[in-house]
Amino acid sequence: MSGHSGGHADRAASFEAAKLGVWTFLATEVLLFGALFTAYTVYRIQYPEMFRAEHLKLDRVLGAGNTVVLITSSLLVVLGVDAIKRGMTRRFEAFFGATILLGAVFLCVKYVEYAAKFHHGIYPRTNLFFSIYFTLTGLHGIHVLLGMGVLSYVIVLSRRGRLSAEYHTPAEMSGLYWHFVDLVWIYLFPLLYLVG
Amino acid sequence: MGSVFSFGAASGQAGRVDALFVLIAAIGGFFFLLTQGMLIYFAVKYRRRLPGRDNETPAITGSRLLETLWILVPSIVVVVIFYYGWRVYTDQRIPAAGETEVHVTGRQWMYEVKYPDGRTAANEIRVPAGKPVKFLLTAADVLHGFYLPDFRVKMDMIPGRVTVLRVQPERPGRYPIYCTVYCGTGHSNMLGELVVMPPREYAEWVEHGGREERGREPLAVRGERIMKRAGCLNCHAVEGKEKIGPNLRGLYGSKVPLEGGKSATADEEYLRESITDPGARIVKGYPNVMPTFRTSMPPEDVEAVVEYLKTLK
Amino acid sequence: MEGGGGIAGNGIGRGYLAERGWRSWAFTLDHKRIGAMYLWTTTVFFLIGGVFALLLRLELLSPQAKYFSNHTYNVFFTLHGAMMIFLFIIPAIPSGLGNFLIPLHIGARDVAFPRLNLASYWVFAAGFLVIIGSLVAPMDTGWTFYTPYSAKSAAAVTTLSFGIFLIGMSSILTGLNFIVTIHKLRAPGMTWHRLPLFIWGMYATSIIQVIATPVVGVTFLLLAAERVLGVGFFDPSKGGDPVLFQHFFWFYSHPVVYVMILPAMGIVSEVIPVFSRKPIFGYSAIAYSSLAIAFIGFLVWGHHMFTSGMSPLANAIFSFLTFFVAVPTAVKVFNWIATLYKGSITFESPMLYALTFIFLFIVGGLTGPFLGALATNVQLHDTYFVVAHFHYTMMGGTVMGLFAGLHYWFPKMTGKMLNEKVARAAWALIFLGFNVTFFTMFVAGTRGMPRRYAEYLPKFHTENVISSIGSAVLAAGILVMCWNFVQGLRKGASAPANPWRALSLEWRTASPPETENFEEIPVVTEWPYGYGTRKA
Repeated sequence: MSGHSGGHADRAASFEAAKLGVWTFLATEVLLFGALFTAYTVYRIQYPEMFRAEHLKLDRVLGAGNTVVLITSSLLVVLGVDAIKRGMTRRFEAFFGATILLGAVFLCVKYVEYAAKFHHGIYPRTNLFFSIYFTLTGLHGIHVLLGMGVLSYVIVLSRRGRLSAEYHTPAEMSGLYWHFVDLVWIYLFPLLYLVG
Repeated sequence: MGSVFSFGAASGQAGRVDALFVLIAAIGGFFFLLTQGMLIYFAVKYRRRLPGRDNETPAITGSRLLETLWILVPSIVVVVIFYYGWRVYTDQRIPAAGETEVHVTGRQWMYEVKYPDGRTAANEIRVPAGKPVKFLLTAADVLHGFYLPDFRVKMDMIPGRVTVLRVQPERPGRYPIYCTVYCGTGHSNMLGELVVMPPREYAEWVEHGGREERGREPLAVRGERIMKRAGCLNCHAVEGKEKIGPNLRGLYGSKVPLEGGKSATADEEYLRESITDPGARIVKGYPNVMPTFRTSMPPEDVEAVVEYLKTLK
Repeated sequence: MEGGGGIAGNGIGRGYLAERGWRSWAFTLDHKRIGAMYLWTTTVFFLIGGVFALLLRLELLSPQAKYFSNHTYNVFFTLHGAMMIFLFIIPAIPSGLGNFLIPLHIGARDVAFPRLNLASYWVFAAGFLVIIGSLVAPMDTGWTFYTPYSAKSAAAVTTLSFGIFLIGMSSILTGLNFIVTIHKLRAPGMTWHRLPLFIWGMYATSIIQVIATPVVGVTFLLLAAERVLGVGFFDPSKGGDPVLFQHFFWFYSHPVVYVMILPAMGIVSEVIPVFSRKPIFGYSAIAYSSLAIAFIGFLVWGHHMFTSGMSPLANAIFSFLTFFVAVPTAVKVFNWIATLYKGSITFESPMLYALTFIFLFIVGGLTGPFLGALATNVQLHDTYFVVAHFHYTMMGGTVMGLFAGLHYWFPKMTGKMLNEKVARAAWALIFLGFNVTFFTMFVAGTRGMPRRYAEYLPKFHTENVISSIGSAVLAAGILVMCWNFVQGLRKGASAPANPWRALSLEWRTASPPETENFEEIPVVTEWPYGYGTRKA
C-alpha cells in the first residue's frame, strides 16, 4: 500500500468513505438539476398554455424509447456490479460495456431529436419551453457522456486486473452515478414529454 | 431629526422609519455596550499578571442557564424588531383614496415621467404636498432603482413588470431621486428630482403647465382609442350582455376568481398581464382563447389601455 | 515555558517541506502542501483585490470623476468584489487552513481523497486562469451580475461565468472531501464531542458548500446560455423574469457568507481558550450553533431582494427568518466572552486578532437588524450602509479570523516564529485603518449615498475623504503584516512543536509536521480544551 492511501485504515473503511463521497456528490447533482427543475416549475406555472402547446412538438416515441434504453442500461449496471462482486471480471466488463453502448444509443437518439428540431427551426432561443427543454436535456446528456467516460475507465481498471470480488469499489460507485443519471431522466421524460 | 447622521424626514411615513431606526440603534447600542464592555473589561481584568506564570483559572465549561438566557432574550428582541419593521413597511403599502398617479420608466440613464393627463417629463416629477402619491414603475432596458432618500423608500424598476411605490410627501421642496440598481456607465449620474409643490402652486401647474410637453392626449383617452382599434371589444363588452370574455366595467380593483380555485386582485399588473399573457391566469368559467398582444402592442400602449380600463368604474 | 510536550525536535529536515522541486508541489498529494498552495494563491488575489479597493478609494476622494472614467471605476468595483469573494474569501480559510489542519485536528494522515484534493486545486487554478482571461473585456456588472444588464453586456461575461463555474466545482469537491474526512477518518477515541470547534465549523461549512454551490453553478451556466444560445430565462422580452436570476444567485450567495464566516469563527474558538488558559465556554452550544447557522442560512436569501418586487408576504417571511440567524451567532459571541471570564489572558498576535474579530463582528452583526427589518431595509438597501455592514462582517470578521489563524499556525506550518512586535504594530494600523475606512460608510449610507457610484453629490464628500484616508492606513498595516510574514519565513526564529501550549492534536507534531503527520495515529482520550488550573 502506498504511503498515501488517503489515510484509510483498511479496505472496508475505504469503501465506506467512497460510498459517503459518492452519495455526497450525488446530493450536489440533485441541487444542480434541482435549480433547472425549479426554473421549469416557475415558467410552467406562468405559461401553462405555451407549455402544453409546445411540448406536443416533442417526439414521445423517441423519448419513451430512450427511457427504455436508460432503464435497461441501469439494469445492466446492476448485473455488472453483481458479477464483479462474484469475481467474474469478464462478465462484469461485458455488462458495463453494454451499458456504455446503450448510453451511446441514448445520445444518438437525442442527436436525432435535436437535429429534427433544428431542421424545423426550433432552437433553444425559440421560446421558454424549448429553452428549458434544451438546457435540461443538454445538461443531462453531458452527464450521460461523462458517465460513459467513467464506466469506460472502470472497465480499463478491470482489464488491468485491479478489480476483484474483494475490491470493486470503483464499479459500485460508478454504478451509483449511472443510476442517478438514469433517475434524472425518469423525472425529465414525463415532465417534458408527457405532462400536458 | 436634523443631525449629521440623518436628514429631515419629508413625510409621516419617513418619520416612522426614522423612529424604527432609532429603536434598532438603541437596542443595538445597548447590546454593543454590554458585549464590547464585557469583552474589554474581561480582557483587561483577567490579563495575566505575572510574566511566565498563569493566573489560576477555573475549568468552567458552560452554564445551561446562561445558554438558555442568551438564546431566549435575543430571540424575543429580534421578534420585536421584526414586528415593527414589518408594521411600518406594511403601512407604507396601504393604498389611499385620491392618489396622484405618476408613471416612471427607468431607462439608461434617465427617468421618463408620464402623468395620466398625457403630460411627459424627463427626470423631474411634480406632485402636490399633503396628498398620497402612487408611483407606477418600470424599466425599458435593464434593472434600475427608484430611491427617495428623504422619504426613506425605494423600489426597483424591472423591465417587463410594473412595481408600485407609495409616498405621501408633506413638506414642499425639491428632493433627489437616485438610481440604486447598477445599470451601466451612467448609473451614478441618473439623478432625478421630486418637486413637492404646495397645493395651490400644484393646481396652477396642472392648469397651465411648466416645461413639460403639452398637446398630448391623456393616457386613458389614448387607451380607449387603442382598445377600439385592437378589436378588444369583439370579445369584451364594457357592460351589459357579456360576450366571450369578462365585461370590463368595474373590473379594475375587483377580486377575480380564477380557474383552479385561487383568486386575483385586478390591479395594474393583473390587467397588464391579461393583455400580454392572457393564458397565465384564466378567469373561472371562461375559455382560454384570448390571444396575446405581447408582440402587437408596445408596452406604452398596453399602459394606456390599462389606464382606460381603470376609468371604467 | 514555551515549547510544551510533543515530538521532540522542531523541523529537522523541515518535515513536509523537505522535498524540493516544482513537481513535488504540482503533483503533491499531501494535504499540507495543497493547503499551503491555496494560501499562497488566495493571498495573491487578496492583494490584487486590495489594490482595486485602493484605486476605488482614490477615485472617491473627489465627487466627480478625476483619475479614471466612470466605466473604469465600475470595472474596478466589479473586479474588487468578484476577486475578493470568489478567489480569496471563499477558498482562503476552508481550502487553505482547512486543508492543512483538518487531518491534523482529527488525528488522520490525510484527507479521505487526496487525489481529489489535488484535483480541487487544479480546477481552482483553471478557474482563476479563465477569470483572468476574461479580463480582456472586463465587466462592470458588479459581482452580482444581475440580468438583464449582464446578459446584454459586451464584456466577457460568458468566459467569466465559465471561470466561476470551475471555481465552484473546486469548492464542491473540497467540501465533499472534508465531509467524508470528518465522518470517516477520525482517530480512535475522537468522538464528535472531542472534535476541535474548528472542525465543527468546517463541517458545517462543507455542508453549505456542497448544497449551495451547484445552484450558483447552474445560475452562471444559464447566464452563459442566455448570452450564447439566446435562451430567455431572465429576459423579459422572451417571457423570462430578471428577478428569477436574483433568486437563483442569492440562494447560493447568501449561504456562502456562512461559508466565509464559520471557519473564521472556528479559528476564534480555537485561539481564545489557548490564550485565556481556560476551557472554551459552551462547547456544545458553539458546535451546534454552527449547524444551526448553516441550516437557517439557506432560508433567508430573499432578504437581498426586499425591493425587487417580491410580494409583501414573501418579504415578511424572509425578514422573520433572517432575524433568527442572528440568535446562534449571538450565542457564539456570548460564549467566547464568557471564556475570557477569570482567565489568564495574554495578547500575542493570534489573540489580538481573535479579540478583534469578536469586536468588529459584533459591530457588523448589530448593524444586521437594520437591514433585516423591512422598513429600514427599504431605506438602506443598495446604499453604503450595506457596504459597511458586509465589510465589518466579512473583513472585520472573516479576514481578522484568517489573520488570527495565520499568526497562530504560522509556527506549525513553517517551523518559524513571527516577530511579535512587528505583528502588533501591523495589527494596530489595521484596526485603526479598518474602522476609519468602514465606519464612515455607515454614516454615508444612512444619509442616502447609494453604492456602486463612481460619482456622488458633494454632500457626501467628507465621509468619503475620511474613508479613503482610513484605507491608506489599513493598506499600510496589511503591508507591514505581509512583510512580517516574509521576514518570518526567511529569518524567523526556530519554532518549537507547541509554542502556544495548546492541546489540540496538531501541536503534538513537529513544527513543521512530517508528511505523514503522526508517527503513530494517536488514541484520543479527552477533549482539546482541558485548560484551567483548578476545578470550577
